[in-house]
Formats: sequence, C-alpha cells, structure tokens
Amino acid sequence: MTSTAMTPIQRGFSAAEYLICLNGIVWREALRFLHQRERFISALVRPLVWLFIFAAGFRQVLGLSIIPPYETYILYEVYIAPGLMAMIQLFNGMQSSLSMVYDREMGNMRTLLVSPLPRWFLLSCKLLAGTAVSLLQVYAFLLIAWFWDIAAPPTGYLTVLPALVLSGLMLGALGMLISSGIKQLENFAGVMNFVIFPMFFASSALYPLWRILESSPMLYYVCLFNPFTHAVELIRFALYGQMNWIALAVVGGCTIAFMIGAILAYDPSRGLIRRGPAGGET
Amino acid sequence: MTATDAFSAGQSTQGFPPRPDTVGMPALSIEGVSHVYGTRRALIDIAFSVAPASFTALLGLNGAGKSTLFSLITRLFGIQHGRIGIFGHDVAQTPGEALRLLGVVFQPRTLDLDLSVTQNLLYHAALHGIGRRDARARSGEVLARIGLADRAGSKVRDLSGGQMRRLEIARALLHRPRLLLLDEATVGLDVKARADILNHVRQLVAEQGISVLWATHLFDEIGSNDDLVVLHQGRVLAQGKVARVIADAAGSDINTAFMRLTGSTAQSGSPTS
Repeated sequence: MTSTAMTPIQRGFSAAEYLICLNGIVWREALRFLHQRERFISALVRPLVWLFIFAAGFRQVLGLSIIPPYETYILYEVYIAPGLMAMIQLFNGMQSSLSMVYDREMGNMRTLLVSPLPRWFLLSCKLLAGTAVSLLQVYAFLLIAWFWDIAAPPTGYLTVLPALVLSGLMLGALGMLISSGIKQLENFAGVMNFVIFPMFFASSALYPLWRILESSPMLYYVCLFNPFTHAVELIRFALYGQMNWIALAVVGGCTIAFMIGAILAYDPSRGLIRRGPAGGET
Repeated sequence: MTATDAFSAGQSTQGFPPRPDTVGMPALSIEGVSHVYGTRRALIDIAFSVAPASFTALLGLNGAGKSTLFSLITRLFGIQHGRIGIFGHDVAQTPGEALRLLGVVFQPRTLDLDLSVTQNLLYHAALHGIGRRDARARSGEVLARIGLADRAGSKVRDLSGGQMRRLEIARALLHRPRLLLLDEATVGLDVKARADILNHVRQLVAEQGISVLWATHLFDEIGSNDDLVVLHQGRVLAQGKVARVIADAAGSDINTAFMRLTGSTAQSGSPTS
C-alpha cells in the first residue's frame, strides 16, 4: 500500500468542526424543547400567573417609590416583570440540569461525552444551547406582557438581550454544577425546594431591596449576596437601556466561577458517574 | 490477518482509506490498567491488546469489570493507573485523536427516543464535526446498510429493540472509526435479532477491516477463530485465540474452559495463557 492512498493525518480540530458541533448541540436542544410542548407552556404560564394574578392583587398592598432605573411611578406589574424574566431563566437553567441528570441516567450523556472534541467545549455548548432555549421563553413572555400593556422602551427589548444571555449562562452554569452532584433523578425535587425557591424569594425579583431592609436587615444582606438578585437587576437596568455595573460584575464573576466548577465536576479524572456505569454492572 | 491485509480489505469494499497513524499499531492496547471504586477493586492490572481488523471477544460474567473497562477506554472515567492506547494514541494524553478513531455502543440505550432516526444520526455527526450535507449522505448510506432506510423519518421510540441496536451500531460507524467497542450489544434481544447483530458486526470486521472488541457474557456468541480475553473479578485470566485458550485451560469447549479458569482463581490467583 502506498502512502498516497492514505488520508492525511488530522491533528486537533478545525474552527468549522467546533462550529458544527455547537450548531448540532443547540439544534438538538431546540428539537427536544419543541417536542416537549407542555414544558414550553408551563414555562410561560408560571410567570404569567405571577404577573396577572399575584401582581394584580399585590399592587394595592405594596407602594413603590421611584428607584433607578425607573424615572416615574410604576405599576407593580412593571416592577416584577424583570424578576419574572429572570425566574424563567432560573427554572430553565435548573430544567436543563434536570435534563443532564436524565441524560446521564438514560445514557444520552455518554453520546455527548465520547465526542472527540474537548469536554470543556461540549459543556459550554450545552450551556449555550440551554441559554438559547431560555431566550425563546423570555421573549415569548415579553410579547404576551406587551399585549397586557406592560411594555419597556422599544430599544429596551434589544439592550436587554446581552443581559439575558449573561444571566442565562450564569443560571445554566449553576444548574450544571448542581447536576454534577445529583446522582439520581428523584433528588431533583430537593433542588427545587432548596435552590429555586430560596433564590427567587430572597431576591429583588418581587420587592425592592429597600423594602426588605425596612423589615429585616438580616434578610436584606441575604438578598444582597444572592447572585439571582444581581441577575434580576442586570436585566431590569438593561431593559431600560442602562447599565448596572455591580450587577454585571457579580453575574459575570459568578458565571465564570460556576462554569469552572461544572467543568471540574465533569472532569473524567474525578469520575463522571460516581456510582458506576448505568445498568448496575461494573 | 496483518494490518495491511485489513486495510486492503477496507479499501476494496467501502473505500475508507486508512490513516497513516493507524498502520502497524494495535487497534487497542490496555497496559497495566487498574481501577478502584472507593475501596473496591474493579480492575486489577489488566493488560491485553486488540489486533487491527480482528474480532476480539471480551468474555466475563456480570460484575467482571467489562463496563468499567469500557468507561475507561471511552474516557467517561479517568484512568487511575496504567495506560490505554487506541492505534497508539494515548486516551489520557490525546483524547481527541483517540476518540476520533473509536466508535462505541454502550450497554444502556443512548438514543434520543423522541427524535427521528435521521435526527439521531445527524446529532452524532455534528458531535464529530461532520457537516450537515456530508452527514446526510452518510446517514443515508448507513441506514441502507442496516435495512432501516424506510424508517429514516420514524421516531426512535417506534423502533423494535433489535432495530434500535442496529441503529446504534450504524451511528457508531458514522464517523468511520477504525475500532468499534460493543458492550453487551445483544442484551434483551430475541434469538434472531441477536444473530443479525452479531453477523453484521462480523461482516464489518471481514469487509471493512474494522477492529471490534465485543464484550459479552454469552459463550455462544464467540466463534472458534476469534481472539478471546477472559475477564473475571477484575483480572484477565486468559487471552489468545479461542482454540488456544481452550487447550491451555484443558477444557473441551469455551464453557468448560471458562469454568476451569474461573474455578482455579481461588487457588492460583491469576493464571494467564
């Protein structure tokens, strides 16, 4: 056999191959999302219930002063809209992590991880795919809210996009980090109770922080150190074309920290499936 | 069969040119691999190799360590001790190059049940950096080969167990690997589906020169000309051509040879051929 008959040795991966891989992972995530219509509907109904029922009842109780980024008195519905956008992403981030636990139980995760591309890249793609799905949900929510006269400045819909990408990445990375520690699907209910609800309620999503300070200084500090508060504020300011630098720094820092944690947690040398391969066989 | 024979065979039928970095190397080399889960030793100083274009059966009962070994080869677990090479590429050092040459069918199903047959294949192709047009062409080819061309648009959920397995094998071949690992690929299938899968894989070896490591606990899946590795309680007890292993163990067939080998572990530790 002559050497001319041989294919050239390929070392490493080309940019095109990385792009094809990213594309494929996002495409699969979108397909899965579209197949789960009830997931999309419940992702939309949840914030809408808060917006139409909770906010309507609550706005008589809770007076809001003028705080940045708002320049006039606003309705309570307008105040909680950014918080609900972040809530959509929080649920989606945790649901993506649920799908990773599910994938791991069902063996689909193996398909992803035996790809020859670097593992950090595969996990980042997975994260981006989850974030893309959360953007779909958030904009669908904004559209419905807009028909309800809960509208941001027109340019706000554009300026909020980078903020949503970053907050989506942070919450997705957090979900991924948590998923690496969950061994079984059933444990996920605990994560809902111990992660989602405390993060959502101990934040500025439903009430401004100065209100919380009035009632409990202790809770105020809890909210202040909650990264979710900063995700909400980043979205809130961006929706009105403004930048909240502290929120940006916190959300950016947390994204990086959670992502590094997740990549380390999925590092093969630390053992991906600690209880042994699925099927019980060793 | 030598490496060159194998590659000629591969070229003549499917036209997959061999890669120069795969010539003269064992398809798979396992050198001194050990693995522990906590305090339990799952693999103890394993060493064997799979020759290019050979069908190597990895025989062991449930719990022998087969799946752990597969997880190490595919880099799902980090290698704690020892070295694993795929055509000379170290799995730990250059995982990308090693995994590129590897196709794998895991024991649990790893297909997306809600996606179509073609969508599953395209997803796998994307994970290997294969562009959409090329991926569609290859999907058509592999589906035709496994007789599922008419099911391309069906949801995987609607396939039979045997069809799913064939699809998983087709998917594992999509990126044209030189080494194919199958972990208990026939578990849960009826007699006919089992025979079909086994024949299909043997054909891949004969016609395309693909190297196969076939993990099983079923004696009747092993042919008289196969290479055999007997794994028991984390140790390799015997390896070599089937006839040789039987003769060395002074058995009359694989069954008795296996019983003798595993029965003897209590006294002598780890007899090898």
